[in-house]
Amino acid sequence: MFEYYLSLFIKAVFIENMALVFFLGMCTFIAISKKIETAIGLGIAVVVVQAITVPVNNLIFQYLLADGALAWAGLPEVDLSFLGYLSYIGVIAAIVQILEMFLDKYVPALYNSLGVFLPLITVNCAILGASLFMVNRSYNFGESVVYGIGAGVGWAIAIVVLAGVREKLKYSDVPVGLQGLGITFITVGLMSLGFMSFGGISL
Amino acid sequence: MSSVKEIVLGPVFTNNPIGLQILGICSALAVTTQMSVALVMCIALTLVTAFSNLFISMIRNQIPNSIRIIVQMTIIASLVIVVDQILGAVAYEMSKQLTVFVGLIITNCIVMGRAEAFAMQNPPGLSFLDGIGNGLGYSVVLMCVATIREVLGSGSMFGVEILPLVTNGGWYSPMGLMLLPPSAFFIIGLLIWALRSWKTDQVEAAEYNIGGHTALSRG
Repeated sequence: MFEYYLSLFIKAVFIENMALVFFLGMCTFIAISKKIETAIGLGIAVVVVQAITVPVNNLIFQYLLADGALAWAGLPEVDLSFLGYLSYIGVIAAIVQILEMFLDKYVPALYNSLGVFLPLITVNCAILGASLFMVNRSYNFGESVVYGIGAGVGWAIAIVVLAGVREKLKYSDVPVGLQGLGITFITVGLMSLGFMSFGGISL
Repeated sequence: MSSVKEIVLGPVFTNNPIGLQILGICSALAVTTQMSVALVMCIALTLVTAFSNLFISMIRNQIPNSIRIIVQMTIIASLVIVVDQILGAVAYEMSKQLTVFVGLIITNCIVMGRAEAFAMQNPPGLSFLDGIGNGLGYSVVLMCVATIREVLGSGSMFGVEILPLVTNGGWYSPMGLMLLPPSAFFIIGLLIWALRSWKTDQVEAAEYNIGGHTALSRG
């Protein structure tokens, strides 16, 4: 059992890396990877939010939205799965908001270090993407917890590594038209190529 | 009328959402291995952007400022649900190939970005056109990438073979790399390079200037 979850985790972190294989969360990934410290802050925030939202969305899907899920309320024929998108994004927005208020009240140090990144996370496609993949692959609750954490960790690793590369990159002589955005894409492409090498691993 | 033309055509080249505004790269690149899939994605995104701009602009004076993000999200998510249901009914195979990426239009930064930056300040008609224009700008980049990837990666356009493959007795052996994720990053990077060599005012200033080689500059 433990091995199964471990392999699911490794798969979510490396083989199916959110940023480098599925191109999710690219906007923030490119925009907020100029400094390592901010990248780490954002990475941690994403891990935390993923670890909460994916399991919560899993429960909502299983007990409210899936075909026949409302049987416990005496409505076995109701299929609300078309409301999925609206509910997941609502859940994500609400959880980010609650998390923000909770951290502000009880862990102000962490709240200050995460700063503006928390609200930004609502519109990060990696978060919604993980929830949609979870539904698509019909994970159960345990799997969704592991998958949520794994997807978050994978994204965090990718952005921290990219920030490290970009900190050095600004001292190099890049062709004029390629400066900034262009060279960042090429760098991400090379990193993605590196992550492809995990592809053959089966645990 | 010139302003209408500017609003529709501006985002295609001069102010491209992907090339300059860094918006909407998120869900885009994964759907570019086949041109037909990319085309469906482009149409879906253009429609969602245009109509979300239209509806948000219509009620922009009624939306309280503090909850505007939630209101925008709700409108966008409802439009995406409509698109997803239509796709599932009309083109079932296609919707299977797009998997979660139709849903990810909700968090596509182009839709949110235009709603926030344009539709909240401008009348419905202009906002609608702005949505179409930005959708087109996104589509141009996406279709360029999809064309390069499909022609080089599988020797075909829209599934029709144009370069005869070695496996079918032709001469072209496909580049497998083009079908893998990294190639999309390379192609976008090179496209941005090409766009900026043409429109030089889009070039970003270097953060750090490299001085001349000391031994050489001393002469």
